[in-house]
Amino acid sequence: MNLLLDLFLTFAKIGAFTFGGGYAMIALIENACVEKKQWITHDDMMNVTVIAESTPGPVAINCATFVGYKQKGLPGAIAATLGMVLPSFLIILLISFFLDNFLEIPVIANAFLGIKVAVGLLIINAAIKMLRKLHKTPLSVAIVAVAFAVMSAANFLAFHVSSIVLLLAAGAVSLFVYAVFQAKKENGGHDL
Amino acid sequence: MIYLDLFLGFLKVGLFSFGGAYSAIPLIRDVVASYGWMDEEMLAYIIAVSESTPGPLMVNLATFVGATKAGILGSAIATLAVILPAFFIIILILQILKNFWNNRYVQAVIRGLAPCMMGTILAMGVFMAVKNVLPGLQVSAFDWRALVLTAVLGGVFFGSGKIFRKKMSPLLLIGISAVLGAVVYSF
Repeated sequence: MNLLLDLFLTFAKIGAFTFGGGYAMIALIENACVEKKQWITHDDMMNVTVIAESTPGPVAINCATFVGYKQKGLPGAIAATLGMVLPSFLIILLISFFLDNFLEIPVIANAFLGIKVAVGLLIINAAIKMLRKLHKTPLSVAIVAVAFAVMSAANFLAFHVSSIVLLLAAGAVSLFVYAVFQAKKENGGHDL
Repeated sequence: MIYLDLFLGFLKVGLFSFGGAYSAIPLIRDVVASYGWMDEEMLAYIIAVSESTPGPLMVNLATFVGATKAGILGSAIATLAVILPAFFIIILILQILKNFWNNRYVQAVIRGLAPCMMGTILAMGVFMAVKNVLPGLQVSAFDWRALVLTAVLGGVFFGSGKIFRKKMSPLLLIGISAVLGAVVYSF
């Protein structure tokens, strides 16, 4: 089979059948690309997972782009990424046409009031899971606390704080602290 | 123009969502609120639908917002915008920047971004949970059904991890919440 088509179909299959995204997908990608197709090695897969964790954007897209590019350069990357996205794109597109009409049915509207509660819990759960994995230093804990306090104040008191501005500030503070520590070390100073 | 707004809005989401799928949610909330595209209630609904359908959560949300605001073209543009940064960053790393991402100063910046995202996500989740019980943050609007649902679903969801070693899937939680919501709010 044509390699581009094979890349597209392999990732389309993963995109069509993985619920929950992210880490569930990594297992499937590993199974398809390392074990079955042998497109990349297990070490490659580990590397791309680490890169995906520290880069922005969907992890599954990072992986698809990586595998596609390794196999067939830019066209391969495009084929794999398109395959990853297309199934869910079509499904969501279809649902979006009907959601409004759907919500006018009383039972469905009531069901969605229950779902709203579940979504709040899922978001809290996502944050807790991330916090458990966080490498805890005084700085990282302080950033979590400040971000939580600032965003909570903004939410409850109804003023706007851009998440991006807050992110950039956190990045800058972290860089600054690191640079100061480095400078101290190079001057022969003692660690704090 | 709506297409340009969708493109730029979701490019920002794709560029700043450090730390997994849920980190995109506060960013998407910023974008839809600043353009007035949808209220928080609708956002919660599309998060639920995006969790219950296959594919990456972030991509599903982009497709959904694009489709409700500007049809097929809008959804294609929003989806493209949200995946472009991830796509090009991987190619750049493979091509030129092999050492850039491992640079200790770049890593120092990234170490600041992840905890900030966690605090932001936690704040948003807590706010949504409170607002479900107190719609509009008005004490007079207290919704006792939502309080019962929050207690029951929270107990079942977080308790399941303790009892069965493995926490129930988001999909199952959404399913149970839909059935309970339909029952509780129909009386």
